Amino acid sequence: MNKITNLVLAFLILVSFTSNSYSRDQIKIVGSSTVYPYATVVAEKFGKSGKFKTPVIESTGTGGGMKLFCAGVGANHPDITNASRAIKKKELALCAKNGVDEIIEIVVGNDGISFAHAVDAPDADFTKEQLWRALAHEVDVDGKLIKNPYTKWNEIDASLPNKKIEILIAPPTSGTRDAWNSLVMGKGCSKTAKSLYDVAGKKAKKECAKMREDGYAIEAGENDTLIVQKLTSNPNAFGFFGYSYLVANKDKVKAAAIEGVQPSLEGIQNYSYPIARPLFFYVKKAHIGVIPGIQEYLKEFTSKKAMGGRGYLADIGLVPLASDKYKVTRTAALDLNTLKIN
Amino acid sequence: MTKEQRLIKRHRAEKRFKFYGLFSIFLALLFVLILVNNIFSKGSSAFMKTVIKTEIFYDQELMEVENGASREDILDADFFDVTIESLLKVYPTNGLEEEKQLINLFSTDAEIEIKLNFLENNNIAGQKIILEITASDDIDQLHKGNYPRDLPEERRRISDFQLKIFDKLVDEGKIEKNFNNYYFNKGDSRDPELAGIGGALIGSFYSILICLLLSFPIAVLASIYLEEFAPKNKITDFIEININNLAAVPSIVYGLLALQILLSTLHMPRSTPLVAGITLALMTLPRIIIPCRASLKAVPPSIREGALAVGASKFQSVFHHVVPLALPGTLSGTIIGLAQALGETAPLILIGMVAFVVDIPTSPVDPSASLPVQVYLWSESAERGFVEKTSATIMILLSFLIVMNFLAVYLRQKFEKRWN
Repeated sequence: MNKITNLVLAFLILVSFTSNSYSRDQIKIVGSSTVYPYATVVAEKFGKSGKFKTPVIESTGTGGGMKLFCAGVGANHPDITNASRAIKKKELALCAKNGVDEIIEIVVGNDGISFAHAVDAPDADFTKEQLWRALAHEVDVDGKLIKNPYTKWNEIDASLPNKKIEILIAPPTSGTRDAWNSLVMGKGCSKTAKSLYDVAGKKAKKECAKMREDGYAIEAGENDTLIVQKLTSNPNAFGFFGYSYLVANKDKVKAAAIEGVQPSLEGIQNYSYPIARPLFFYVKKAHIGVIPGIQEYLKEFTSKKAMGGRGYLADIGLVPLASDKYKVTRTAALDLNTLKIN
Repeated sequence: MTKEQRLIKRHRAEKRFKFYGLFSIFLALLFVLILVNNIFSKGSSAFMKTVIKTEIFYDQELMEVENGASREDILDADFFDVTIESLLKVYPTNGLEEEKQLINLFSTDAEIEIKLNFLENNNIAGQKIILEITASDDIDQLHKGNYPRDLPEERRRISDFQLKIFDKLVDEGKIEKNFNNYYFNKGDSRDPELAGIGGALIGSFYSILICLLLSFPIAVLASIYLEEFAPKNKITDFIEININNLAAVPSIVYGLLALQILLSTLHMPRSTPLVAGITLALMTLPRIIIPCRASLKAVPPSIREGALAVGASKFQSVFHHVVPLALPGTLSGTIIGLAQALGETAPLILIGMVAFVVDIPTSPVDPSASLPVQVYLWSESAERGFVEKTSATIMILLSFLIVMNFLAVYLRQKFEKRWN
């Protein structure tokens, strides 16, 4: 019994010791699950170069990452947060309030969202408005907002197939859903509906993005691999996910065209493919020089070898930046240019 | 209704009931069988890896180090040229694109494997050596038959040119399946052929160790006090009800508690087995206290009274007689509690264990993954090779759980005294 008491005592001492004098020699990264696959590849290469420990990357989602990132300066807070959208003003304010006032913004590259279905289904082409009409909880019919009445695609537009609407949607917490909401639901929302919402005194942006809950839009969970599986087993179903999943599973699923454009590297890069967005990560300048390796990690991530057109990130589905934008990002990474607050 | 009719009816009811019972058992077994079959058929191939026997020419002109160089110099040196030149000799190529396709048949760690081989045999500069280089995960999946090859080229990840090389290598017997040592001794990786559960195993081990060190002594002492020394009154009744309730609290609630107290207030490091162990200990405590008390209760009063009758103190009667007799039940309860903790994912997500950790942790305060979290992470990955890795890790986790549960049953049957 004595031994056990000693062990417990020793353990408690260890606990209090570690929690007080905790310092780090390893970069900590949090944030978006969309950037996660790219960041992990860079981190692994960075670790293999042997001079620094491999950074630890946690997949928390963009919003969750910002919250952790902005919580303060010091070894207990992450150094970098990945984001599938630009940092919001509110988040900048929160950061500033907690002393995180010097933030470096790095644009990683572009991500296209593909609207895909099984590879043996007939080809399809949709406009953003058609997609909004298929997914929204309310649509305008004859100048009035009513609960979404569409059950088949050809009820929305006669040119569309006579098939039941079945769309697998990402959960509200995912960055993909965020991007889908702003790029498709927001832009596809009809003018009539927007003005009707304004008249009713509701926020059009929020109402347009609300999805129907009558079984035609099916929430499928964060797991994109599972969505691919479900699409292959049901040729009528559609789903949306990042471009990298399309590339990795092109024997099983294919993309529908959006406004006549198939997703492609070039199309996403110059945003001619309508559902494309830039990806980011943000760095705490105050941690540079305190936590070893941050500057070198920035260099590695923004190098041609990683982010460039022939870089290793392009191999796994990241769409590289156009060359003028690349230069801006590279300079920001080398000179540690910080964002202006306000 | 006559007596005979009623009898027949009652017999029928009994038969029906037996049939329902049998049917339920059959259904339950069927589901287990489907699950296990699914996991095994997908996962068993992960224990093997595909290697390509390649002739590596340690050309002195391309190397930065010579025979007998020091360990640091070799690790620092660049073996890129040796690697590329040797790999390109595998098959004649025409142009950069084909060269790239040929190099992509091999794992991205080919250079490191070649370097490590030189480190081991520090006298092979200028020689040609046949090495087994790990294949890329596309080739690995193709060789294992998990990737269809009869699709048109634009839908495949492997080009026609790569298939041609692959077929030639197979014909020449240069492609082999070996035991996948990487799966057991490496940490996580973005390349499926290099990813392993080494880090997750160590992480789980530290977490469970800390969980055991914290929960076992506390749970045993608490149950001894409650069962043997505490007065029976409203307060102890209240405590007992609460312990039973705590055992049923969903584990994610303990995760939230740990997030608030351990991470936000005490500022312990995120994503570490230390925090995971403490969280799991909180969760396991009531689950150990309950079987502990049950096994103490099962010791007949005559033992205590006998000890007291020959002049032992209360303390002596409890610790010399009751506790040793209750020990087998206590231990098996602890083991089952730990087995549950081992498979727990939800609370770990909240304390930041869902992280990409490559380095294998060396202490409980290093960031680390754990087995169930590794399953979760890999199931989300896009690359094909992670499907089998996910199933294989489930197999490892299941076998640990089976062993632990078996141990619990064995301890109980071997050492438990039956009082009839």
